[in-house]
Amino acid sequence: MTDRAQKVDPNADPVHVAIRDLQKAYEDAPVLRGVTFDIFRGEINVIIGGSGAGKSVFTRQLLRLERPDKGQILVDGEDIAQLDDWKLVPFRKKFGMVFQFGALFDSMSVFDNVAFPLREHTKMSRKEIRDRVMERLATLNVAHAEKKLPAQISGGMQKRVAIARALVLEPQILVYDEPTSGLDPVSSRLVDELISETAANFGVTSVVITHDMASVFKIAHHVSMLYKGVIEESTTPELILKTKNPVVADFLKASGVNMG
Amino acid sequence: MAEANAPTEPGSGQPKASKPPNAEPVSVEPAEPGIASRLASWLFSLPVVALAEVGMVFKLLWETILWGVRPPYRVWMIIAMCEFIGVESMTIVGLTGTSVGAVFGLQLVEGFRRLGAESQTGSVVSIALARELAPVFSALMISARAGSAMATEIGSMRVSNQIDALTTMSVSPVQYLVFPRVLAGLLMCPILALLFYFVGFSGAWFVAVKLYGLDSGIFIERMRWYVDRADLLQGLTKAAVFGVTLTIISCRQGFYASGGAAGVGLATNRAVVQSAVAILVLDYIVTTFFV
Repeated sequence: MTDRAQKVDPNADPVHVAIRDLQKAYEDAPVLRGVTFDIFRGEINVIIGGSGAGKSVFTRQLLRLERPDKGQILVDGEDIAQLDDWKLVPFRKKFGMVFQFGALFDSMSVFDNVAFPLREHTKMSRKEIRDRVMERLATLNVAHAEKKLPAQISGGMQKRVAIARALVLEPQILVYDEPTSGLDPVSSRLVDELISETAANFGVTSVVITHDMASVFKIAHHVSMLYKGVIEESTTPELILKTKNPVVADFLKASGVNMG
Repeated sequence: MAEANAPTEPGSGQPKASKPPNAEPVSVEPAEPGIASRLASWLFSLPVVALAEVGMVFKLLWETILWGVRPPYRVWMIIAMCEFIGVESMTIVGLTGTSVGAVFGLQLVEGFRRLGAESQTGSVVSIALARELAPVFSALMISARAGSAMATEIGSMRVSNQIDALTTMSVSPVQYLVFPRVLAGLLMCPILALLFYFVGFSGAWFVAVKLYGLDSGIFIERMRWYVDRADLLQGLTKAAVFGVTLTIISCRQGFYASGGAAGVGLATNRAVVQSAVAILVLDYIVTTFFV
């Protein structure tokens, strides 16, 4: 786990992914109306916003599960917004995704779920795969559940297995969709710690989509607020407390944040 | 009437811009369309919907072929699907085959006896089984058993984001999920149709020879006399076409399912109904190539 530690190249462009004027509409109802902001390399970038702000739709465009109508997604300077499926393969390998409810393959055991990307994309031997998977599961404290099916373990454990699966190919960018939703406060803080540790240990760029303000101030290096399909503000957690933007201030107040 | 509650103009990134109150008098809503015009518009929309559906299926089939010829080739996945579609359908196809063959034999012996032509039973049973009954019946049974299961499984994967998870791990879901199923359908349906043919013929033989006292030699010899390779080829071609059809329709329904558990139920329902209709329509079309 230390092989990638502190691997963030100090000479690399600090902006890992640049989103420029990203737009997406469904049947003429615009959801994203021109999203523009930067995702910083090796840091934890949190995107906040209420329900219906377009957070999930934005995630689907960022991972290119859908094709945006307009705009650019520049990953290390290369635009992936309109690439075809086969050309996306090398870029997809840079991304790891932790879905809201884990999205583990329910027909496979915990071990097979985490081994799946290795079996698909590497020529590692059975033993190498076993070692790597068990190491990841141990790091995330779920090694004892390796033989269980996803339905047989708790929601918090499913989330950790999902993180293990997303990490196993050592992606550069890890996207978390609502990582703490549906978890009790204690588990939520454990997941927060997990995200921070993962970012520090593996040097990955993290993108966390959430509406849990407690996590924001615990883990974020950068925070961007999505509101009605545009980014209202993109700044650091310290500066967002002094925001002049009424939309952002209202959201923070409603979330119980004590504005300075 | 659509204008009455048209969505606010998106504007240029100013979501908070409030709309001035409409100064014009509220336009009178047109009367509700009558039942006749609603019926007419529904009838006219039917072919459009059907064509869109056919287009969607062909698009997925084309993608399946494109992804299928590209490595990696997941042989174990194809074998597993052959087992699921082929081996596990043997019981139901065998049962249906025996029953259809026996009833058909019974009807024919009875009918031909009135004309004094019951010696033809073997040949007619065999031709009907080889050309029509075996491919059509076995495909309908496979669609009910395996097609519905495929639509449900893929549909559940869709609504629980497992298909998106495959995509983000840069594994093509079409290549991983759809291609092995369609290939297994192509390979297994002709084999199951052959099984249907043999058990069906045996069922008819049992009824005609053992229960109705026809001569076994004549029964079998007439079959050999009248049935030739072209009849069997026609049946196998149909079975292969139906195999691809029912698997691609079931996969399409599951693959684009939406709306949680209810959506998956709807997808399964549509998969079976559309497969059955497609099999019957294609049966006629393929037959025209052989007659």
